[in-house]
Parts: sequence; C-alpha cells; structure tokens
Amino acid sequence: MTTTMIEGVPPDPMLERRELIQQVAHRTLKRRMFVSKAVVASLGAALVAALIPLFAILFSLVQKGIHWWSIDFFTKTPQFPSLIDPNAVGGIENALVGSLVIDGIAALFAVPIGVITGLFLAESDSRLANALRSTAEIMTGLPSILLGIFAYQMIVIGFHEWGIALPGIGFSGIAGSFAIGILMIPVIIKASETALRSVPFTIREAGLALGARKGVVARKVIIPTAMPGLITAVLLALSRAVGETAPILWVIGASTVTTWDPTHEMASMPLQIFQSATSPYTSLREETWGIALTLVVVVLFINLGSRLLAGWLQRERR
Amino acid sequence: MSTTPLAVSDELLTEKTKVFSVKSDFAHWSVLYGVSGLFALICVVFLLSVVVSSLPAWRHSGFSLIYGRVWSQASDSFGALPIITGTLMTTAIALVFAVPIGIGSALAIVHVLPSRLRIFASSLVELLAAVPSVVYGLWGLLVLAPWFEQTVQPSLADLTDHHFPFQPPFEGVSLLLAGCVLFIMILPMIVALSRDAIAVVPHDQFEGALSVGATKWQVLRKVVLPAARTGIVGAVTLATARALGETVAVAMVIGLNPLFPHSLFSTASTLASTIALEFQDATPLQVAALGALAVILMVLTAFVNWIGRRLIRHSAARAHFV
Repeated sequence: MTTTMIEGVPPDPMLERRELIQQVAHRTLKRRMFVSKAVVASLGAALVAALIPLFAILFSLVQKGIHWWSIDFFTKTPQFPSLIDPNAVGGIENALVGSLVIDGIAALFAVPIGVITGLFLAESDSRLANALRSTAEIMTGLPSILLGIFAYQMIVIGFHEWGIALPGIGFSGIAGSFAIGILMIPVIIKASETALRSVPFTIREAGLALGARKGVVARKVIIPTAMPGLITAVLLALSRAVGETAPILWVIGASTVTTWDPTHEMASMPLQIFQSATSPYTSLREETWGIALTLVVVVLFINLGSRLLAGWLQRERR
Repeated sequence: MSTTPLAVSDELLTEKTKVFSVKSDFAHWSVLYGVSGLFALICVVFLLSVVVSSLPAWRHSGFSLIYGRVWSQASDSFGALPIITGTLMTTAIALVFAVPIGIGSALAIVHVLPSRLRIFASSLVELLAAVPSVVYGLWGLLVLAPWFEQTVQPSLADLTDHHFPFQPPFEGVSLLLAGCVLFIMILPMIVALSRDAIAVVPHDQFEGALSVGATKWQVLRKVVLPAARTGIVGAVTLATARALGETVAVAMVIGLNPLFPHSLFSTASTLASTIALEFQDATPLQVAALGALAVILMVLTAFVNWIGRRLIRHSAARAHFV
C-alpha cells in the first residue's frame, strides 16, 4: 500500500519493488511455512533416530551387565565353563589389574612426551613445529591396529631378532603399554597445545617483561595457568586409551592369571570383551556384558570426571 | 638521585624474582627439542617398521597385492581387492545412514532444541563418542545380529523377492550389519563435529535472514549450511577415516570372508579386521601380506584424514574472519 506522504512526488521505485516482494512472500508464505515446519520436524526426528540406538546400547549394557557385578566378579580370575559346571566363568581380576598396569605405564611415558611436545608446538612456529603438528594430527586419525603391528614388530619379535635380551621382550604388558602410550601421545599433544595456546598473551608478556626467560615463563606461568586444560587433555587421552582393543590384540598375551608384573603376559578388559564375546560358550558370552559395563563405567567416569575437574579448577582460580 | 624509587623497585625485583635466575634458555629449548625429536623419531620408526614388515609380500606378489582377486593362505596368493571392496562398502553403508541423520541431529541440537535440552543433548553425544568401539561390536554381535537374522534380513529379502542385493542366507553377521554398527559408532562423531561447525555461524546472519521473511528451513538451507559447509564436510571426512580404520567392532560382526561380497547379506572382510583376525596364526609370508594391508590402510586413512583436517581448519579460520 504505497501512500505518498507529499502530493505530487512520484512513487519511490524501491518501494514498489519491496511491495512486489512482499506480495510474493505473502502468497508463498503458507507453503514455505509448511515446508519449514515439516523439515524442522524431520530434523527433530533425525535427532531421535540418532539417540535410539545409543540409548538401546546403554540399556542393554545395564540390563544384562549389572547382575554380574559381585565381589567374586572383581576378585576372581576367569574359568572356562566345563560340562559339570557350565556356568562357571570366574571373574575379571586379571583384566582389571592388567588394564590398570598397562594404561598406567602407558600414561607414565606418554604424558611427559605429549605435554612437552605440546609446549614446543605452542611456543614455536618454526617449520619443524608445523611438521610435527601435522604429524600429530595424522597420527591421531590412524587406525589403532597399526600400532599393534608396530608394537609386535618392535617389542614382541624385534628385539629377539636383533639379539637384544631385555625384561619384557615378547608378549608382555610392556608391549601393550608401548602401543597404548604411542596412541595417547598425539592426542595429548593436540589437546595440550590448545590448552597452552589459550593462555592469554598478556600474562605471558608480563612474565617476559619482568625479565624472565621463555623457559621460566613456560614453567612458572604458562603451565600452571593452563593446568585445568592439561588435566582434561591427559584424562581424555586416557579415557580413549582404556577402551582401545586393537593395539593390544596380539601383543599382551592374554594371560588368565592375575599378575602385577608388566614384563609378563597380561590380560586387559577390552581384550577380554573381544575374546569372551566371540567364544563358543554361552555363559562366557553373557558374562561379556558384565565386563563391558565395567569398562564403560570406567571410561565414562574418567571422561566425565575430567570435564568436572577442569570446570572446578577453573572456578577455584577465579 | 641515589635513592630513587626506581633503584628500590629494582632491588625488590631481584629479591622477589630469584626463581628467574636461569642463566640462559638453553636447558628449556634443549628439553623441548629433545622430547619433540623423540616423538618425531617414534613416528619415523613406526612408519618404517610397518613398511619394512610388508616388504616380503611386495617382493612376492608386487602390485597384485592391491588388484589381485584371491586372498588365500593355502595357495600363498594375496590379493587385497575383495578386502578393499569390503572396506569401502561397509564405510559407504555407514555414511549413507550417518550423514543425513548426523547433520540433521546437529542442526536440531543447535537450532531446534530449547537451550536447556541443547546442553543435555550435546553432552550426551560427547559421552557416547567416548564409548569404546569394542562395546559397539559386542552390542552388534549379541543384540543386533540375532535381530537381523530373524527379522530384518527376511523382511528386506521379501522386498526384492530374494534377489540382489538381498539374497539369502540370513546369517546375521554380514556386510550390512557391519555397516550398521559402523553407522552407530561414527554418528556421535559426525554430530559433535558438525555441531561445532554449525554453532560458529554468526547468529546475526541467522537473525538477519529471518527478519527479511525467510522461514527457518530457508535460513538453515541458504545461510547456515553454506556457511558451515566446509566444517561439515570435514566432520564427515574424519568420520570416514574412522570408519575405514575401525578394527574390533567390525571384526566381531563381519564374519571374515575374503571373497567378493555378492549381496549385502554376505559375509565379507575389511582391511583392519583381516589384520586383526588373521595375525594370530599367520605364516611369515602372510604376516608380511597383512603388513601390506596395513600400509594400504595407512595411506588411505592418512589421506582422508589430511583432507578432513584441512577442511575443518579452513572452516574455523573463515569463522574468525566473518
């Protein structure tokens, strides 16, 4: 509705055009709104469809796994079902201890290497740093089975072939830690670089302005400030490492006795799940749910814990 | 002018900053270079060890390792073409389901859900991305496989009257099941990464488009999706790399059969699952052949990953300058 305010002035061409657009928009409004509502509804449906299988997995885990939890389950070693006692499956003490030792040793050498390399990437923009950054990114995405081959070639058979005798050569917890640790390093590098880079430049420069060397600023200023981020980085890498099966598939020897000695053959929770799930015994297959529930609870606990801890540390600081 | 405030503060400074008495940065930089060099060394040794372990196989069969059609331990004949086909097909099945549902969910999380539910759905997706792949495999084997065998496969076969691509036998474990398990596994990853890409599209663009009379879907299609496109493609690429290289979850549900799949219900094998399942009792030449599969897998995933990272970085950089 073009109303010219002043008589005699010719109508504004832009205004006419806008009117045309409005008319078209009005005419198509119903259809457009209908399409839009339909699509938005289908987006919601997609979200529901995405969550259904995920909820189904969690439901199966809890429903079929929780009744396996008992003192015996956590304190006995596995048994093979026999004709006399087809339901005897024992417990998972060996797998719990194995996971703890293997992932602990892996973290022990992966954390310093990862964090220090992350610091290097955050501090330096040299060509070497850029190359390392790309390498770390590609390493993060490589299939973890490749690290299993690496650990097998190096630790399990490599040293024998070169005639070097060390404790832990052959199928052992050490070999598993080696594979898992190398898996963790690039993840820690990426996450800790992000955390260290997010330290404000003003803090850094304040340190430098006081005459501190870069190394001192890094040790006394940057790392403490970035600590919540670093802890999250390490714990997230750990939560990924705990559930990895492929790298340890044939390097830790899958022993059925409990041992704390990493130079011996060991067991591990994800490996135990893989073996029990594909075993011919029904009772062992059923027991897998108990192990899987334990593993998922541990992983989600570390994962959630790291987020909560980081949030809490950040609040404390303010 | 001997007792100027400056002198006092200087004294205080040296007093207070004794911790800063390091003579030079030599120690700092040597530790940094040393440890980073160690990481670089590990990567180089890793690459060499995988490649060297595969050399006997390349010497034995040459490039027929890649295009050969027969994979058999008995006849010492190692051709990976059926296995590569299986890998690409499972990944394709997973992507066909995961891409529309994943991107739709990401859009729904950012632009449809009310804000309180948004945080809940986001953290749920992130937690589910942390569930170990062996658990997905377990669920696929013990829950999904029987259901497929008894319900899904017969009814799908009825659709095409038991012809391609749904021929019997119905075994549960199959190409289709492996694809579905992969789909469920990479879904949280696609949702989480493309949600990040969608969330960085500036909100004033969204509201500007709404204010000129566009409907919500028009805004999403014409403004949000184009702006987030590179990030979303990057997310899908990274998920593809993960699906290509997934080992145990696939190994549990694919049935390990190194023949060309003739239907979606036939058992098959993928690069990673073949390595995982055949390594245990392999002949020395077969170990080398599995090493060659590892090299193929490494090249494939590294390439896909590299593209994905580039796209994501590109989209993040653009978001800063918009």
